[in-house]
Amino acid sequence: MAKKAFIEIDSERCKGCGLCIQACPQKIIEFSAEFNTKGYHPATPNDPNEKCPGCGFCYNNCPDTCIKVYRMVNE
Amino acid sequence: MQAKVILKRPESLTDKEFTYCPGCLHGVAHRLVAEVLDELNLRRKTIMVAPVGCSVFAYEFFNVDGTVAPHGRATAVATGIKRAMGPEKTVFTYQGDGDLAAIGTAETIHTANRGEKVTTIFINNAIYGMTGGQMAPTTLEGMKTTTSPYGRNVDDAGYPIHVCELLQNLKGVAYLERVSLLDPRGIVNAKKALKKAFTAQEKGLGYSLVEMISTCPTNWGLSPVESLKWAKDKMLPEFPLGVFVDRVGDVK
Amino acid sequence: MAEKTMMKGTEAMGEAAIRCGARLYFGYPITPQSELPEYMSRRLPQVDGNFLQAESEVAAVNMIYGAACTGTRVFTSTSSPGFSLMMEGVSYIAGAELPAVFINVVRGGPGLGDIQPAQSDYFQATKGGGHGDYHLIVLSPSTLQEAVEHIELAFDLSDKYRTPALILADGMLGQMMEPVELPEFKDLESLPKHDSWSLTGMGNREKHIVTSFDINADVLEQMNIRFQKTYREIERNETRCEEFMMDDAQYAVVAYGTMGRIMKTVVKMARDEGIKLGLIRPITVWPFPYDTISDAAEKVEFMMTVEMSVGQMWEDVRLAVGKKIPTPFYGRTGGVVPTPVEIFEALKKQMEVK
Repeated sequence: MAKKAFIEIDSERCKGCGLCIQACPQKIIEFSAEFNTKGYHPATPNDPNEKCPGCGFCYNNCPDTCIKVYRMVNE
Repeated sequence: MQAKVILKRPESLTDKEFTYCPGCLHGVAHRLVAEVLDELNLRRKTIMVAPVGCSVFAYEFFNVDGTVAPHGRATAVATGIKRAMGPEKTVFTYQGDGDLAAIGTAETIHTANRGEKVTTIFINNAIYGMTGGQMAPTTLEGMKTTTSPYGRNVDDAGYPIHVCELLQNLKGVAYLERVSLLDPRGIVNAKKALKKAFTAQEKGLGYSLVEMISTCPTNWGLSPVESLKWAKDKMLPEFPLGVFVDRVGDVK
Repeated sequence: MAEKTMMKGTEAMGEAAIRCGARLYFGYPITPQSELPEYMSRRLPQVDGNFLQAESEVAAVNMIYGAACTGTRVFTSTSSPGFSLMMEGVSYIAGAELPAVFINVVRGGPGLGDIQPAQSDYFQATKGGGHGDYHLIVLSPSTLQEAVEHIELAFDLSDKYRTPALILADGMLGQMMEPVELPEFKDLESLPKHDSWSLTGMGNREKHIVTSFDINADVLEQMNIRFQKTYREIERNETRCEEFMMDDAQYAVVAYGTMGRIMKTVVKMARDEGIKLGLIRPITVWPFPYDTISDAAEKVEFMMTVEMSVGQMWEDVRLAVGKKIPTPFYGRTGGVVPTPVEIFEALKKQMEVK
């Protein structure tokens, strides 16, 4: 099954609030073990099975516009 | 196959990082307003009025002309701006529960009553955030805050104020809805409400207000995720969601 | 054509404002100036202007703030208790460097007071009624003609220095009728443009922010230092004062506004009796003509301040004079207007004091 979509999270902007993690229906976002310079564990995508459908729930729930959502398209 | 961005920060927001607490839904509300300004192509003719409260810096985050009003007076300031500039410009206020429903009650009611063609985004999280968690007019019965440490006693402090219910009979109101930012469906609906509210202004129909049930993790003493649940369990029964006034009709 | 007509003070000021290009008025009824909003409600629609009776003076001053943010000429009027309500807004307008014109038709106070003329808001006007390190430019007319001219001056100075201006009038001036020559209608296109900072919607330019707020104390201090530079410039350029029969004066009186007008009668009464009395009449009470008064103190035996208060401008006179000569005071307050005869009696008593 080809990759449909993926996300990028600005780890420096992220405040580790966890709203994207709880919103994601596919459960493919988790807290990073690393810290960012603010001292938070930023959210980070973890999608080895390429389950992300590009639904945008994470983007919608993120209060800090940290997330960019990409869809794969035929050009 | 090529990767195409389908969702990213709207043009009507600057790049400045929000100064809000982690998980505070102000950021979601800001983004929705900005998305609507982008989609309705209003950005270059919009002037915003920030309140006093956590969002006192809102004019830094929106990519539009902006000012900050004295506490409670944003709708009066918006009245002055709109009447000076005329219908070609879009004016909105962004206010919390203290700003709009305590100190600003008179301005709120009269701006709505006059049907001023401005739009208000009202963030209701039942507490005073910026000043450290005091009781708000919308604080729930029994809810503990720093100025109601034993829980809000309605015999003493009255009941939580329902702003939409208060304003709905004023004839100057063209669009009035209470929405929630507490889950993806709520957020999608909140954006639709904002679109209708700004459309009410664009069509010169009258005053529009969208009340957004929101959270305050820091002063509620809950995590951002726990706050969503608490708000759903406790605030939605007190503040029912719905459309109170709609003179706009269908909007794409 | 400049028009000469007989008008009531409040209405004359309103008409003057319209001729100076103001097409926006937000105000609230309060005695003794309710005729001003009433007049504006009739006149503004006639000139395609916008009138709104706000729900309170608090709302009104904030509507003024909003309109001023757009760089549009705007003004309001009120009386003492109403001006107290506006203090927060005045501070914000000063701190945000916005042009706006205020008219305070002062009445007896404090509190609800009464509706008769007074001068007991001098401190509030000149020492800051609102919070923070700011000043209003304060003009104090003594005749309706002067009031009409001060309206134009207030708008011009306010636009020039980007700071609010106040016409400190009183109930006498507001309610009396006398002939005035009204200015010509200004061409709205000739009014100062504030395109470099005003909130008008971005269009093709970068966004503008109007604020009196900075969370960084060092930055806020620099803002205040910049305001102070402007105030010093206003002091250098805009201090206005009338010296009436001061050339050969042996004694001087200091009075402003309506009191200044009454004192001209007292000066003439004194001169009729061979007493060499002169009057110093501050026209701007901020900036205050300290130098004129200090210089005059070198030449006269005493300088008596006369006010419709318990002595507020009196403090500035004493500051200017120091210990050079005696600085007595005569005043009536609570809305009582002293007569020339009683003032003259008090003056003669002062002359006997050696």
